[in-house]
Amino acid sequence: MAESDIPSETGLRPGAGIPSEADGRIPTVVADDLHIVYRVYGASARGNATSALRRILRRESPASRVREVHAVRGVTFVAYRGEAIGLIGSNGSGKSTLLRAIAGLLPAERGRVYTDGQPSLLGVNAALMNDLTGERNVILGGLAMGMTREQIRSRYQQIVDFSGINEKGDFISLPMRTYSSGMQARLRFSIAAAKDHDVLMIDEALATGDKSFRRRSEQRIRELRSEAGTVFLVSHNNKTIRDTCDRVLWLEKGELLMDGPADQVLKAYEEETGK
Amino acid sequence: MSLAELAARHGLSVSGARPSLGEYARQLWSRRHFILAFSQAKLMAQYGQARLGQLWQVVTPLLNACVYFFIFGLVLKGRGGMGNSEYIPFLVTGVFVFTFTQNSVMSGVKAISGNLGLVRALHFPRASLPISFSLQQLQQLLFSMSVLVIVMLGFQHWPTWTWFAVVPALLLQLLFNTGLALVMARLGSNTPDLAQLMPFILRTWMYASGVMFPLREKLDGSDVPGWVGDIMQANPAAVYMDLMRYALMHGSYHDTVPTSTWLWALGWAVVFGTGGFVYFWKAEEQYGRG
Repeated sequence: MAESDIPSETGLRPGAGIPSEADGRIPTVVADDLHIVYRVYGASARGNATSALRRILRRESPASRVREVHAVRGVTFVAYRGEAIGLIGSNGSGKSTLLRAIAGLLPAERGRVYTDGQPSLLGVNAALMNDLTGERNVILGGLAMGMTREQIRSRYQQIVDFSGINEKGDFISLPMRTYSSGMQARLRFSIAAAKDHDVLMIDEALATGDKSFRRRSEQRIRELRSEAGTVFLVSHNNKTIRDTCDRVLWLEKGELLMDGPADQVLKAYEEETGK
Repeated sequence: MSLAELAARHGLSVSGARPSLGEYARQLWSRRHFILAFSQAKLMAQYGQARLGQLWQVVTPLLNACVYFFIFGLVLKGRGGMGNSEYIPFLVTGVFVFTFTQNSVMSGVKAISGNLGLVRALHFPRASLPISFSLQQLQQLLFSMSVLVIVMLGFQHWPTWTWFAVVPALLLQLLFNTGLALVMARLGSNTPDLAQLMPFILRTWMYASGVMFPLREKLDGSDVPGWVGDIMQANPAAVYMDLMRYALMHGSYHDTVPTSTWLWALGWAVVFGTGGFVYFWKAEEQYGRG
């Protein structure tokens, strides 16, 4: 869609959400002309030794083989306390990258993100180890998210019950690699959802597990939402976005295409994608 | 009103900004349980699939020592004037102590670049990773120490008061290793090629430090210039090995270890411990790009 299709007077243009002085709302996340660039090594190398040698002989500097991927290009918006913001866009449009930048996990190339407190990404996958028992993984995951030993101890039973791992026998004392993929996903979500967050970011975490577990996790997400100041949600499910979010950012090729009330943006998005 | 002013008015802070050095140390301290749990988890996971399980913690270093004994003790006769009852404890101590530093460096190089998923998903002071890996190696060494005690007793090096010197020697080496791992972690995070290069550098370092032969004795009998000999003797790996041998063994080698070794050990630990920490902290906000 060409940008001129969007009527500018509706305030849907990117950057239109910049507040005036009289605005009484409290901002929690401010993104100011944010650019994120990934650097990929060896991407252009045609992988054999002779070509690598030829490049050295021709004195190509190693830096020329680094490919840059400009994943987020100049995104600007202000998020306020109490908002639930959905991020939509096609695969590879920069949604997850934007979330990570807000969380301060990816350094910005240009521009800045200002936040109130420490935003956290819902997810502990990377901290868990398949060779350890579920029990040890609960503790390790909790510590990795910054919980104290006491907090983990007091919530341990809750986490195990929520995951439903022990419903069919004592599986929590087995190594995680012995779990089915559904069980692994359930345990991961249960650990991640055990912590309270100021600014919470959820990256398509809803689509895990069987039906009853999905219902429980949607319930838990709603609880987290009511406790958190601001929630960001990345999802390809427009219904999920419509149900949970009141504002939507539409990203395409790393640029903020539209920013406005959920209904309006989703309508435009659905027209564009033909859903 | 600009966005920066808006952010300042409501007390928002820049996301992912580097904290001050003191604040960073404080954050790191508050994550001590995570650092310890992560190192233990890595240690457990290492042999998780093996039938013998955690027994490999002890068997691996022992097999290493056997290989070196066969090559350097029996085939190459590199043992100086030492008999078996002195050479075997000498060799085993050297292998274990050097492996401690060697593995800390290797895991340091990959501490950030090998855990990008973790760095990009969760928030914690990034120094937690190299420190955690150094602690993992310390725990590994403590397993090896049980083998070492058996070797010492088996060759009639009975416990004396100097055995208590093991504790400060290990602590100094841990501090040095951690500092070095922090330096390597920063270098390895933007130069992944280092992981390919390090094994060669480390092997050179091992042969130059006198792991399997008495360094001072060999230097005295050779035509190496004096200053090169001094550097080789002052190098951290040689220093920490000598301290451990001094503490655990008695006999002729014990008597040749100079007192100045302790000063070198302290110096290396302080310089690398603090220097490595500051050097790593300087790039804190950059880890995770890659």
